[in-house]
Amino acid sequence: MTNTDWPLWEVFVRSRRGLSHTHAGSLHAPDAEFALRNARDLYTRRGEGVSIWVVPSTAITASSPDEKDPFFEPAADKPYRHPTFYEIPEGVKHL
Amino acid sequence: MATAAAHQPARTQQHGAHDGTAGATGTEDAHQRAFDAAVAADERIEPRDWMPDAYRATLVRQIAQHAHSEIIGMQPEANWITRAPSLRRKAILMAKVQDEAGHGLYLYSAAETLGTGRDELLDKLHTGRQKYSSIFNYPTLTWADVGAIGWLVDGAAITNQVPLCRCSYGPYARAMIRICKEESFHQRQGYELLLALSRGTPEQHAMAQDAVDRWWWPSLMMFGPPDDESAHSAQSMDWKIKRHSNDELRQRFVDICVPQAESLGLTLPDPDLRWNEERGHHDFGPIDWTEFKEVLKGNGPCNEQRITQRRRAHDEGAWVREAAAAYAAKHSTAAGHGETGVEQA
Ligand SMILES: [Fe+2]
Ligand SMILES: [Fe+2]
Repeated sequence: MTNTDWPLWEVFVRSRRGLSHTHAGSLHAPDAEFALRNARDLYTRRGEGVSIWVVPSTAITASSPDEKDPFFEPAADKPYRHPTFYEIPEGVKHL
Repeated sequence: MATAAAHQPARTQQHGAHDGTAGATGTEDAHQRAFDAAVAADERIEPRDWMPDAYRATLVRQIAQHAHSEIIGMQPEANWITRAPSLRRKAILMAKVQDEAGHGLYLYSAAETLGTGRDELLDKLHTGRQKYSSIFNYPTLTWADVGAIGWLVDGAAITNQVPLCRCSYGPYARAMIRICKEESFHQRQGYELLLALSRGTPEQHAMAQDAVDRWWWPSLMMFGPPDDESAHSAQSMDWKIKRHSNDELRQRFVDICVPQAESLGLTLPDPDLRWNEERGHHDFGPIDWTEFKEVLKGNGPCNEQRITQRRRAHDEGAWVREAAAAYAAKHSTAAGHGETGVEQA
């Protein structure tokens, strides 16, 4: 057992130009450069990406685990943020 | 080892209820109810959610065994890379074996989100405390075995794995989606290889038939023991880790293979195999479970060889891992700290 020190990296792949990077998975690598190369071999063997980000997993700060958390409550009672909240007379176009 | 904040299992972070301290029962019950409700509603459980200990342990065991199978499964096929009959076949086989390494890594990552490190899992494989699929303890005697493995072994794996794409544990389900996408190439290249042999010289045809004869029954055993003897099945079904029973999946696989074998011009080695109009399925003969248990116990033709080779590969790769770590350490002290290239990407 020798590679206990290799940190974990999160891999984000942009599948094509015009789209944002999306989380693809994680991997271990000794440094950022290796992480990039490993990510290419692991997550883009079939042309799945045109650009890769690797981020040390420890650098990610996450909201708390429960998705019904009060943290997200401020968004729940503001239906007026959605276009469907508004009533528009029948026949009005391009709105 | 470093575990992602984003992946940290919830129990180490905030849920005191988990250590079973008195007075925490109310919270425990609430967590259990939330978990049960999420599973019942077909929602996914994610790494930082509360989950029952037994659910976590079952997942670690299953995902680890699955990951080990992917990387041990590289050996019987890699055995033929240097002797592939053409450059085309060689390139295909290398790509397939490389895919299997990737599948292993996707799965080890999924297991790590449950709080168990990859090193620990590899150590358990190397010391025989965790298993891999018995199918890889059979030898690849001829080139046709590469075809039979692709068609039957990868085929059985696909039948098993497609329902796992809807597994209740998010990271496992996502790994399975990636894997299933890649598996269909594996199965098709195997089928094409067998078809070429089957339509070739009489010797080639016989070689293909021999390979199918040897791999058919072990492939049926890949679905695990019959339902009434399967120790963990019922609980796994309740947790929606498993969606179909062993026998159900085995039947599905047999029904798929029969017409495929006909198109290959090859036969399946089972005199009892016939269409049952009433059931709408193929009947098939009894499986020799004593053989299965022997191989599982370690008495298969290649158990010893597979694990020895795995340990040797790991040990012989040690200097590479050490060199990479040393290079990284030197590099980070020379270059200062923390500059990553996200902005420039
Ligand atoms: Fe695989
Ligand atoms: Fe495969």
